[in-house]
Amino acid sequence: MNTSSENTIRIYVMGSAYEVPRGLTIMSAMEHAGWRFTRGAGCRSGFCGACSTVYRQEGDYRLRFVLACQTEAEDGMYLVQLPFTPAPRVSYTLAELNPDENVLLQHYPEIARCVSCNTCTKACPQDIEVMDYIQAALRGDIAQTASLSFDCIQCGLCSMRCPADIKHYHMAQMARRIYGRYMSPVTAHLEERIAEIEKGVYEEEVEALVKMTRSELEEIYAARVVE
Amino acid sequence: MPSATKLEQFVGFRERVEMLSGENVFACYQCGMCTAGCSFADEMDVLPHQVIRQLQLNNWKVLECNAKWICASCLNCQTRCPKGVDLSKLMEAMRQIYLRQQMDNLELNKYSIDQIRCLPQIALVASFRKKTG
Amino acid sequence: MNNAAYFPGCSLKAEAGDYERSAAAVMEVLGQPLEELERWTCCGTVYSLTDDDLMHQLASVRNLIRAQECGADEIVTLCSMCFNTLKRSKVFIEQDSARLETVNAFMDEEQDYEGGVEVFHLLEILRDQVGFESIEGKVTRPLSGLRVAPYYGCTLLRPREIGIDEPDTPTILQDFIRALWATPVEFAFQAECCGTYQIVDSPEMVLEKSHRILNSAMRAGADVLVTSCPLCMHNLRLCYEELRSSLPEKRELSIIYLTQLAAIAFEVETGELPTSMAKLVEGLPTSMELVP
Ligand code: SF4
Ligand code: SF4
Ligand code: SF4
Ligand code: SF4
Ligand code: FES
Repeated sequence: MNTSSENTIRIYVMGSAYEVPRGLTIMSAMEHAGWRFTRGAGCRSGFCGACSTVYRQEGDYRLRFVLACQTEAEDGMYLVQLPFTPAPRVSYTLAELNPDENVLLQHYPEIARCVSCNTCTKACPQDIEVMDYIQAALRGDIAQTASLSFDCIQCGLCSMRCPADIKHYHMAQMARRIYGRYMSPVTAHLEERIAEIEKGVYEEEVEALVKMTRSELEEIYAARVVE
Repeated sequence: MPSATKLEQFVGFRERVEMLSGENVFACYQCGMCTAGCSFADEMDVLPHQVIRQLQLNNWKVLECNAKWICASCLNCQTRCPKGVDLSKLMEAMRQIYLRQQMDNLELNKYSIDQIRCLPQIALVASFRKKTG
Repeated sequence: MNNAAYFPGCSLKAEAGDYERSAAAVMEVLGQPLEELERWTCCGTVYSLTDDDLMHQLASVRNLIRAQECGADEIVTLCSMCFNTLKRSKVFIEQDSARLETVNAFMDEEQDYEGGVEVFHLLEILRDQVGFESIEGKVTRPLSGLRVAPYYGCTLLRPREIGIDEPDTPTILQDFIRALWATPVEFAFQAECCGTYQIVDSPEMVLEKSHRILNSAMRAGADVLVTSCPLCMHNLRLCYEELRSSLPEKRELSIIYLTQLAAIAFEVETGELPTSMAKLVEGLPTSMELVP
């Protein structure tokens, strides 16, 4: 059924049809249709992971997973928002962890239930190789887990889809924290800069900035050297 | 605990077990070789050859046996059976009937971090596959 | 070797690191270095025994696809459980084109699995492609006098259709041990189950099964027991720790991976050996002493 006109498309939100202007994001299209987001919207820029959306489109058997704030609404989309994923985090004290090779497994033993179906990867709006980071975690490769999951915005879609009931994004966050705390190389620059700050090297400059007017600030901001 | 009412719907369950396992339970002539060779028979409430007898009789109560969880798929029975019956598949079919109704045999939530620290992944992956659905 | 990809499996990257290191060193000496499969995933460790359960075949098939992607025509495993799972899945999925089609359709993000990737255990490669004579030729420290129990466990041999040797009367490990100049010590429980994954919720039962195996090997007079399975290793070593206090002082059994034994005979350093094994090695003549 072709429902679109030149300027409008038809979308379905929880089963009800709405005629909305073409070219809007799913989020704006729903707002245009009169829905108000009390949950399920945050940054509106693709960073916070609050606007997880599931849809099917007429003529496509696949269930698809996107961020409402980042994806253009298309004609014939059957939409539902998934503002929350029931996935409690395991608590731990980072400084007291023993970062051995099966530390992730100890806290999230369900990763051993992964069947390599790759459903999580197919659900990820960030194009992360989710299955691969779960597999890396299972074999104790914390660095790989941290790096593969780096772009995760914790939308929770993977965890809603996984037949093994894995809480991917919490586990991955733990991996990144462990990596940061125990494994990433210490940069000499950072240490030097901290020492400089502590010595008060920059205090004069900061003072000057604080005293500037808004227009002066704007001027030096515009004139800054972009690397 | 698995509920009997959930299991009772398998009155005609022999066919289901046969379908899941791909085995013909009537091939068995009750020689007992499987039980004789089974490393785990001493731990089982129903012995391997008795399990298959009850399957022949279509007695769904055998589903409740502990033997299916004890069986570790060592396949001693399979290599020794003169009739080519693969009991390990029948045991797995009975486990699957449980697991597919969300009746797990392993309570993953009860394991502490220290307990899991002492277990290799290979054991966890295997036991979750055999005992959780 | 044909174009072979090495499939490590999870354990070899963790608790069984000594197995991987020694195997890599040994294969280096034999001129056929192991090349790791890219982007492999856990095989699942136990083969699913129900006919309609395709979900639990996915991991194995995905690994076969990985091999296909890099142009490998065979996968080589060190872990017996990986070997068993991958090989049984391969047979199951290739037996019936409908199964293969379903699995391929499900994994539509991957190229189709065409079939035909072979799965081997390292021992088969050593026997059939390298040859035990060539292994013998590389021995610089003959293990003369060392009494070694060949422990097969379940998954290398059963089921018969995929096993690497005759399930009731296997000889492959004995031949391997002989090639290193050691003496194989056959024992009654060499192909019995160690208790496997039941260690997770029935440790007492596993210790009892493992105890029978260790007892049987020691009674047969073994100084060393070799295995190819990281889970057997875990269970047997755990059991041995419990047992040791009750053993007479001089009676020890070193439990090691088969490739560690070869590494000793080739005199390649692969790191940590159990203390008792290190002691045994000290007692062996080195290549220097053998030079006339
Ligand atoms: S990994 Fe999971 S939680 Fe993270 S962005 Fe992808 S789908 Fe969302
Ligand atoms: S969806 Fe779950 S079971 Fe499937 S690959 Fe991802 S983590 Fe593994
Ligand atoms: S060995 Fe085979 S024929 Fe004999 S009792 Fe067992 S299943 Fe039946
Ligand atoms: S597969 Fe199961 S029933 Fe058969 S011998 Fe092994 S433990 Fe016993
Ligand atoms: S609202 Fe933050 S990612 Fe969409």
